[in-house]
Amino acid sequence: MAELQFREAIKQAIDEEMESDENVFIMGEEVAEYNGAYKVTEGLLDKYGFRRVIDTPISELGFAGIGVGAAMNGLRPIVEFMTFNFAVLAADQIINHASKARYMLGGQVSTPIVFRGPNASAGQLGATHSVAYDSMYAMFPGLKVIYTSEPEDAKGLLKSAIRDDDPVLFMESEQMYGLKGEVTEEEDFTIPIGKGKIKRDGDDVTVVATGKMYHIAQNAAKELAKDGVECEIIDPRTIKPLDMEMIVESVKKTNRCVVVDESHPFGGLASEVGFLIQREAFDYLDAPVQRVTLPDVNAPFSKPLFDLWLPDAKNVVEAVNTVTYRK
Amino acid sequence: MAKKKDEGIFAPVGISKEGDSKIDKAVDLPDPTNKTHKQLKLKNDQVLEMFEMMYMQRRFEERAMQMYQKGKFGGFLHLYIGQEAISTGTVFAFNDDDDIITAYRDHGWGLVRGVTPKEGMAELYGKATGCSKGKGGSMHFAKVENHYWGGYGIVGGHIPLGGGLAFANKYKDNGRVMACFLGDGAVDQGALHETMNISQLWSLPAIYVVENNGYSMGTAARRHTVNEIVDRAKAYGMKSKVLNGMDVFTVYEEMQKIAKDVRKNSEPWFVEIRTYRYRGHSMSDPQKYRSKEELEEYQKIDPIERLKSYILDKNIAGEDEIDKIQEKIEDTVLEAIDFAEDSPFPEDDALYEDMFAGEPYFHH
Repeated sequence: MAELQFREAIKQAIDEEMESDENVFIMGEEVAEYNGAYKVTEGLLDKYGFRRVIDTPISELGFAGIGVGAAMNGLRPIVEFMTFNFAVLAADQIINHASKARYMLGGQVSTPIVFRGPNASAGQLGATHSVAYDSMYAMFPGLKVIYTSEPEDAKGLLKSAIRDDDPVLFMESEQMYGLKGEVTEEEDFTIPIGKGKIKRDGDDVTVVATGKMYHIAQNAAKELAKDGVECEIIDPRTIKPLDMEMIVESVKKTNRCVVVDESHPFGGLASEVGFLIQREAFDYLDAPVQRVTLPDVNAPFSKPLFDLWLPDAKNVVEAVNTVTYRK
Repeated sequence: MAKKKDEGIFAPVGISKEGDSKIDKAVDLPDPTNKTHKQLKLKNDQVLEMFEMMYMQRRFEERAMQMYQKGKFGGFLHLYIGQEAISTGTVFAFNDDDDIITAYRDHGWGLVRGVTPKEGMAELYGKATGCSKGKGGSMHFAKVENHYWGGYGIVGGHIPLGGGLAFANKYKDNGRVMACFLGDGAVDQGALHETMNISQLWSLPAIYVVENNGYSMGTAARRHTVNEIVDRAKAYGMKSKVLNGMDVFTVYEEMQKIAKDVRKNSEPWFVEIRTYRYRGHSMSDPQKYRSKEELEEYQKIDPIERLKSYILDKNIAGEDEIDKIQEKIEDTVLEAIDFAEDSPFPEDDALYEDMFAGEPYFHH
């Protein structure tokens, strides 16, 4: 095992895949000469040159579409967005082209492309830099969405994403790039897309959380353990395909569930998981499923308001208290 | 006396609210080439083949329109009629493995790049035997094995895709040229600007071709875009050209030169080919935005009639031979209709096919 920062784990995945497949290249804003806005691509330009590590203008629509076209024509692009908040400008290419070209041409093309970059908020960046887009993209058929919480998951899943023959959105977080974690040194380590992981065992309540929210759930679980409430934390790691089987199995054991989702409340991962538990494990539930999400409000700048806006461990503890009827 | 203040309207200066009755041609055509087919190194057979190709596109669409009006199939139907010289001249100018991508006015492009009339008609009918298995319909004709990457339905959305095809060609250093065709309406999309900037920046072997048929849906070019379209190229330092799209020899001659230059220098081009769309934007278009007289002006210089006269004048073929070609095509198109009608619709299972190249996954 090696202790790596999140950014290093991602870089290793990109580097290893570029080394083994000549058709893999990376492009995005600041990825080459600047060495990556968040230093994820540090050193890649020196190693691979401007042919395969490509700085783009601030033209999300343009370079995302060029990536999709290049994927159709036999390459395996990794398109980095400085944040998924900017990828909204490229939504036509992701939603209308990457996910649909194969189907509407009757299977004549494929689009093996990875769109990656930080997702959701990263402190006081204001309303336009703070939205979690994982659930939104998961709504579209044909798109796979990954949002990991730890370096090892990130490495293994990013490698799988780059090898995938279909479009994958791989989401990170500015606030997690420096996070350290043990990463296996197993050669050619990959994690299959669509498999969750039970990251904490417990009998009292199932807590589903991924990305940045996973760490909040862990903090809450530590607090609750002091009161003798044991959370089972499931990190689905992949929003779509969603490992619902793992969640349902856990709920059948704990009979209670809280979903911690960094999206706004309407139509997100939390509501989807809540619906599916209702359908798959109705008779096992001892309490209605609860969710912790952002409010249905834009991100404020002011620090106290921002802290109020972003879910924290306290919110998770409250939700667990609700499903365990402890208040 | 105080000068009367201009009424605050949101339309270009000089556009009258009432609309005027004079024939105001939507596009000004540059002169066609004065070269003969021999000077262009085209053999007699090739000239006849060009005629056949253009006539096929015309009759295929005229018959498709009839079938649509009879209610044989639904969806959109954007006809290419009037613009056939562009697709025909281009495929003659290009290598067979050069890449072509276009928007939703795509039947003609399919037919010149290997979509058979049967596969095309069946696609319009939504049948399993269609070129895109009935999954795409009128807007998504494609024949990727012949380097025709298909028609796309979002105005301007396919322009970056074209840039990406060219990017991959450069990356693989395979010597292929990519041409992306778009309508004058797509010139107003930001996607064109972003793609042109990146293409020039990265020296992509790409040709962006505006088929300026005078109208962006029902809005005349002079009402939807400023200045000359071709002049956009100047802003990017991109090589450019304006062509007469009603003459197949002109398109052939110039596209051949441009493709040669792109292949040699790997530098992009921006080409405006002026043409005219005889039919409405789609089948539901009452065409109140233009006059019958304007349409007639362009029909006088119809590209197919023009080539037919040339063939007769130069004794490449006589009336009899032309008639035979036309009858053969008529039969082929009617056979295509029979084929489409007799073909099965896709099986229910097909609903879930072609979503993924790898392991399929569907959320339930």
